[in-house]
Amino acid sequence: MWSDELVQARLHVVTGKGGTGKTTVAAALAVALATGGGRTLLVEVEGRQGIAHLFDTPPLPYQERRIAVAPGGGEVRALAVDAEEALLEYFSMFYNLGFAGRTLRRMGVIEFATTLAPGLRDVLLTGKVKEATTRAEQGTHTYDAVVLDAPPTGRVVKFLDVTRAMADLAKVGPIHSQSTGVVQLLHSADTAVHVVTLLEDLPVAETLETVAELDLADLRPGAVLINRTRPSRLPARSVTAAANGQVDADRVRAGLLAAGLDLDSAVLDGLVAETVEHAVRVDAEQQARARLADAGMPLIELPELTEVGGDGVDLGGVYELAEALREQGVR
Amino acid sequence: MRPPPPFTIDALLDNRTTRVVVCCGAGGVGKTTTAAALALRAAERGRSVVVLTIDPARRLAQSLGLRELTNNPRPVAPTAEIKAAGGQLHAMMLDMRRTFDEMVQAHASPQRAADIIANPFYQAISSSFSGTQEYMAMEKLGQLVAAGQWDLVVVDTPPSRSALDFLDAPQRLSSFLDGRMIRLLSAPARAGGRGVRRLVGAGFGLFARTISTILGGQMLADASAFVQAFDTMFGGFRERAIATYELLRAPGTAFVVIATPETDAVREAAYFVDRLATESMPLAGLVLNRTHPELADLPAARAETVAEALEQAGPAAGSAPLAAAVLRLHADRVALAGRERRLLARFRRAHPAVAVVTVPALAADVHDLPELHNIGRLLAGEQLAVSRD
Repeated sequence: MWSDELVQARLHVVTGKGGTGKTTVAAALAVALATGGGRTLLVEVEGRQGIAHLFDTPPLPYQERRIAVAPGGGEVRALAVDAEEALLEYFSMFYNLGFAGRTLRRMGVIEFATTLAPGLRDVLLTGKVKEATTRAEQGTHTYDAVVLDAPPTGRVVKFLDVTRAMADLAKVGPIHSQSTGVVQLLHSADTAVHVVTLLEDLPVAETLETVAELDLADLRPGAVLINRTRPSRLPARSVTAAANGQVDADRVRAGLLAAGLDLDSAVLDGLVAETVEHAVRVDAEQQARARLADAGMPLIELPELTEVGGDGVDLGGVYELAEALREQGVR
Repeated sequence: MRPPPPFTIDALLDNRTTRVVVCCGAGGVGKTTTAAALALRAAERGRSVVVLTIDPARRLAQSLGLRELTNNPRPVAPTAEIKAAGGQLHAMMLDMRRTFDEMVQAHASPQRAADIIANPFYQAISSSFSGTQEYMAMEKLGQLVAAGQWDLVVVDTPPSRSALDFLDAPQRLSSFLDGRMIRLLSAPARAGGRGVRRLVGAGFGLFARTISTILGGQMLADASAFVQAFDTMFGGFRERAIATYELLRAPGTAFVVIATPETDAVREAAYFVDRLATESMPLAGLVLNRTHPELADLPAARAETVAEALEQAGPAAGSAPLAAAVLRLHADRVALAGRERRLLARFRRAHPAVAVVTVPALAADVHDLPELHNIGRLLAGEQLAVSRD
């Protein structure tokens, strides 16, 4: 369940191993947090246009756009942050260099600078996220919450470790002072880092590693969001035996016969083999769940979406997941 | 729709003119495992094989006898099948930093190479420029082919988010190093002084000021020193990258595209297939990993109706709960298999000529050679006996 601490958070960072459905879950979280009249911002930073793809809209510009309404009058806006745009934004704000923006872009200054100082890109991206999170209009925050579709587990801690990245940068100036604010926000109770996982070996191992890394870096792990969970069909007491290949075929046959289903032995063998595979999976999933529970973080379960949309998860699926999040206390 | 042309892995591996097999696909689809299984299978069929893995999972690495980055091929203890066929298997893990260092050492005098390697700017590029890993994978591939010790090189590709990165990243690094900024930084050395810099004038001033503002002055000085040291060897460096890229188009090279039956992975695979066609690079076929075909011929609707009847009968009917559960999980499985088939069908409508092999999901991750051997059999279209241990 979602904890009280998480209800307090304003910046929700969502990471996960590639292929776990991180972007879909981040979008569902943005919808869930906007449900009931709120306004949230969903941010992506990797230039993939994953949000536009998911919501079936044209590519997002470097501009906050409304992309969805949430149940109960809520609103979700989205932003694709681009490091080059963010850098030019700084320059026009602080150095009145706006006129030279195009020249700098043509000269490849951002690519050059980020090669010299790999942390620069992260500082620029997190800087923009911080600005949106803390922005206020007439004394109230523009956004009730900001959800960041962050880099995958392998890179996320480095991405959020702005302190380290700053070591590469000039020690004075606007980027430096902005970064100091970013560090404060990311290490405060306003920020939670959620990890999306599947109940499989590698994603679970990466989740646990990431949680340990977050602790070391003094960042706050939020919830573990277990995606694509599937129901266990077997009675609990049968799982272990079936996973070891022990399925009483005669019992299955008798049960089917009682219901008037008389199957030939090939079909019955097939059903038994499917049952063993199912049990092996359920068994492995239970062990994975137990390992995740040991990490001591809130666990949230999201069901597998059974309808494949035209090209990816359809929008209905995002709302279905948002509802599952609300049911587990997401506010 | 007609079935896709079968992807006959054994024919590909047995063909002595096949010299390089490149395994590519989105991250997390089982590229490394497939590469290792193909290499093992080829060795079991009598070939002398080296497999270049990139960032393998720990257990897979151990199954190949790799415990650390070696950057040089190590022999894998031959299995009975390899011995019987007279094959050989070597395996290695790419160490991108070391590959880069060795490249610098090969192209520059010892003193100059040492200067370059100590330069902070070089260290940044060689460890974190996006694309360096892909570039170094290609460089290593070129070295393994040139070594002439193996008659087949199987290469895994880096776990980038997009399969296309493998083809594009080396170009990106190359054009960065050859880019306008780098030229400007190295200009004083080549023109013997300030002449060129004055010529490019205001633009460079703005650029240098901007960089110094963001990064401080030292970085720019490091970059300038690096570029001037690197300049003389850059030609050889680029030619080499081009030669390796050409190797990918050469006869004897085959690409194997790997996906899982998920929308994103199949979409990536489709992009890659199209791209290979554009580049005239030879595609051997698509491996669709981790599928879940039905194992019992029973319509889902029927299974569900009977399950419902059993559930309504209640616990009184002793064997009913188990039978109902079996029917329910079968119906789930039929639905899943159907989704997977529709995904594949969508891919095939756009790519009817691509040969496809599907590999059913295994219960656990691969962590030893016998399991890798089984994957190889599945890749070759063999059936594994259902184990009932």
